[in-house]
Amino acid sequence: MPKDAGDAKLLFQSLNKAYAATPTNLKIIDLYVVFAMATALVQVAYMGVVGSFPFNSFLSSVLSCIGSAVLAVCLRIQVNKDNKEFKDLPPERAFADFVLCNLVLHLVIMNFLG
Amino acid sequence: MAELEAGSISMAAGGGGRLRNALSGMLCAFALLLIGVLAFSIRLFSVIKYESVIHEFDPYFNYRVTQFLSKSGIYEFWNWFDDRTWYPLGRVIGGTVYPGLTLTAGTIWWLLNSLNIPLSVETVCVFTAPIFSANASWATYLLTKEAKGHGAGLMAATILAMVPSYISRSVAGSYDNEAVAIFALIFTFYLYVKTLNTGSLFYATLNALSYFYMVCSWGGYTFIINLIPMHVLLCIVTGRYSSRLYVAYAPLVVLGTLLAALVPVVGFNAVLTSEHFASFLVFIILHVVALVYYIKGLLTPRLFKVAMTFVLTVGLALCLAVVAILAALVASSPTKGWSGRSLSLLDPTYASKYIPIIASVSEHQPPTWPSYFMAINVLAFLVPAGIISCFLPLSDASSFLVLYLVTSVYFSGVMVRLMLVLAPAVCILSGIALSEAFNVLTRSMKFQRPISDDTLPTAGDSTPGSSSTATITTSTKNANIKKEKMGTISKERSSKKSRKETELVGSSPVRPEKEEKLCVLPSEASAMGILFLIMLCGLYVIHCVWAAAEAYSAPSIVLTSRSHDGLHVYDDFRESYAWLRHNTEVDDKVASWWDYGYQTTAMANRTVIVDNNTWNNTHIATVGTAMSSPEKGAWEIFNSLDVKYVLVVFGGLIGYPSDDINKFLWMVRIGGGEFPHIKEQDYLRDGNYRVDAQGTPTMLNCLMYKLCYYRFAETDGKGFDRARRYEIGRKHFKLTHFEEVFTTQHWMVRIYKLKPQKNRVRGKLKLKLKSSSKTSLMRKGAGKKNPWQ
Repeated sequence: MPKDAGDAKLLFQSLNKAYAATPTNLKIIDLYVVFAMATALVQVAYMGVVGSFPFNSFLSSVLSCIGSAVLAVCLRIQVNKDNKEFKDLPPERAFADFVLCNLVLHLVIMNFLG
Repeated sequence: MAELEAGSISMAAGGGGRLRNALSGMLCAFALLLIGVLAFSIRLFSVIKYESVIHEFDPYFNYRVTQFLSKSGIYEFWNWFDDRTWYPLGRVIGGTVYPGLTLTAGTIWWLLNSLNIPLSVETVCVFTAPIFSANASWATYLLTKEAKGHGAGLMAATILAMVPSYISRSVAGSYDNEAVAIFALIFTFYLYVKTLNTGSLFYATLNALSYFYMVCSWGGYTFIINLIPMHVLLCIVTGRYSSRLYVAYAPLVVLGTLLAALVPVVGFNAVLTSEHFASFLVFIILHVVALVYYIKGLLTPRLFKVAMTFVLTVGLALCLAVVAILAALVASSPTKGWSGRSLSLLDPTYASKYIPIIASVSEHQPPTWPSYFMAINVLAFLVPAGIISCFLPLSDASSFLVLYLVTSVYFSGVMVRLMLVLAPAVCILSGIALSEAFNVLTRSMKFQRPISDDTLPTAGDSTPGSSSTATITTSTKNANIKKEKMGTISKERSSKKSRKETELVGSSPVRPEKEEKLCVLPSEASAMGILFLIMLCGLYVIHCVWAAAEAYSAPSIVLTSRSHDGLHVYDDFRESYAWLRHNTEVDDKVASWWDYGYQTTAMANRTVIVDNNTWNNTHIATVGTAMSSPEKGAWEIFNSLDVKYVLVVFGGLIGYPSDDINKFLWMVRIGGGEFPHIKEQDYLRDGNYRVDAQGTPTMLNCLMYKLCYYRFAETDGKGFDRARRYEIGRKHFKLTHFEEVFTTQHWMVRIYKLKPQKNRVRGKLKLKLKSSSKTSLMRKGAGKKNPWQ
């Protein structure tokens, strides 16, 4: 058990160290993803308290948060310089695709929100 | 100096190459245009042979909805409550119809009319299917190009333009959901594969929008939302996870679920039914895998192992908890969360046990072996070669194609109607197989040409000369043995032989070109091979054109038959609907079996009791019970539904096999499913269904028998039923509660009117006397001469 505890501490330390080495723009995207997921959790908790009527509003808002998180992760994948598959994709193009997809997502959300 | 020369030579070669590229691009585009024209024109046989009319039953409903859309606009259409069907329940059309087809045709009509091209709605509806089949073959080209290149793409597009199973549901006039849905299916798959290959979020967005179009068009969209997660799982399990997979799948799930929930007919089913759970499950699995890969990149291997053990223990516990909750939720619903139609696909015996309506539709029966050869013909032989070719080399796109084929083969084996979903898969794989075969054979011929002696040195200088010549001689020896066999081969085995050649050539793994050049066949063998393949394709084309012209062009609203004195045309259906339209009041209700509901509302413009939508089993069972009851009971049921006219279809005079007497047992079964006093055994004599002298009294007394065979014995004196091929049981009888108002020229449709109750009853208070005198009066009323005869 102490070996596990020691291992776990070592694990977290090395994770922290490796993560600190990522570039700032990726960290900003990660923060955005965490924010979106936190918002989704808050909404689910709220639904647990007050009930799920109207269901379409709940569905659209939760899926909006999850969708924003997913799209941000896609952006992060495409902008990451360590990713060999996307090395000849200019980051501006990646961001433009991100904006377009978000536009479609939010258009649908607005329609479905009721 | 040498470099400059080499540079200029390469520039000239590059310029020549550019010209050749441009020329090949032009040729490709021209070929695609011709393929589109072919797909459009092969479907026009019905318009040429009969007329530009809408076929069958379901298209009439779609046509009526499109008419309403074009007249009243989209807001009225979205909120339309139809009170002229399923009387007295009505039907919410806006919420229960898949709007894709009608919106597409409506948009085309509106666009053409705003350009001052005054095509009628009917013309646009009739020709929507051929236009979208041309689009589907272009989409097939794009999909196959993503997997295997231009040549395979063109081949697959040509094959799809002509494949009979797709033609059967998309002839000009067959205005049904599948006409647009197959195009949407192939296009969605193309965009998914493109996103998988490029990893671009732009294509992922387009993929979600194309999936939305598919959800709008057809209930078969559940196939897409289960196939793509299956493929993602396959990629993960076989170790082909990449970030492109994440970009291809994750936005599709989120956007796709939202867009599917937007369509009113799907609504919250997009998140609540079992059909969609697979996508959410794989969504979660994908995220777990992505996280694992990310952390693997961050940590050293030893620490990663520690992390894995830690995560596994926690994760497994969490997973078990979630699965337990989900299983409890799912098990609490009687159908485990699946809808009836989907469950009948997974368990083919489900429908016959629990939902007789789904089991009674002939399209929902499993297909027979000959129907496979009718539907896809030669392609059935080429598909295994295509599967093998997909494995050399295996890429994400080709594994997707193989998975698509395997799943669609299973589903087509369950229901004949789903052969349509099999058609694109089969066409793509046979296109790949044929293209590879032609590649190999033409390459063999090219490398064996006597003028090109520079090929042998290139083959030789990449490997030691002796081994290459040795392999060439061994391969020629093999090919010589094949040549001897070839002389005795008949045409039908040529495809198998060419498949063997492809196997032999393709079995060597694709390493650099030295291996390809070693497996060269002698030029005579390859020439014969090419010739046989071309003859095979010719046979396929002949079959497709014959199928399109003879088998699938019948509009089924007009029947024809050839006899020694020429062509007979039976236009009885339209005659009867026209009579109803012109000789009855607008608010009169017509009762018939549910097959004819759509046509009655569309062509006769009268309110019906049940129609092809079959959403209310009890209502259909009520009509079935009425048809199976004696006259008085049937009159009571119909009177309670405010019915004025009853319509039956009878094929005994001309030998039409799909009439109501042949469908009658289904009426009994469905009626008996809801009303237990109707027992199927009462209508069968020793388990046989007969309407001759051996028929049971219940059968010979029921309303359907009486309405079909009333005065039938007057036609030839003996009452010989040409469809059943025997004389009927009860020949001379009178109708007491109904009167005949119209019979079409060939007795195919017979319309009866409910007789109103007598106003005044002769005789006094005793109930028994009153009832007996009432019936005797009504019998006297039936003895009066019918003014229509």
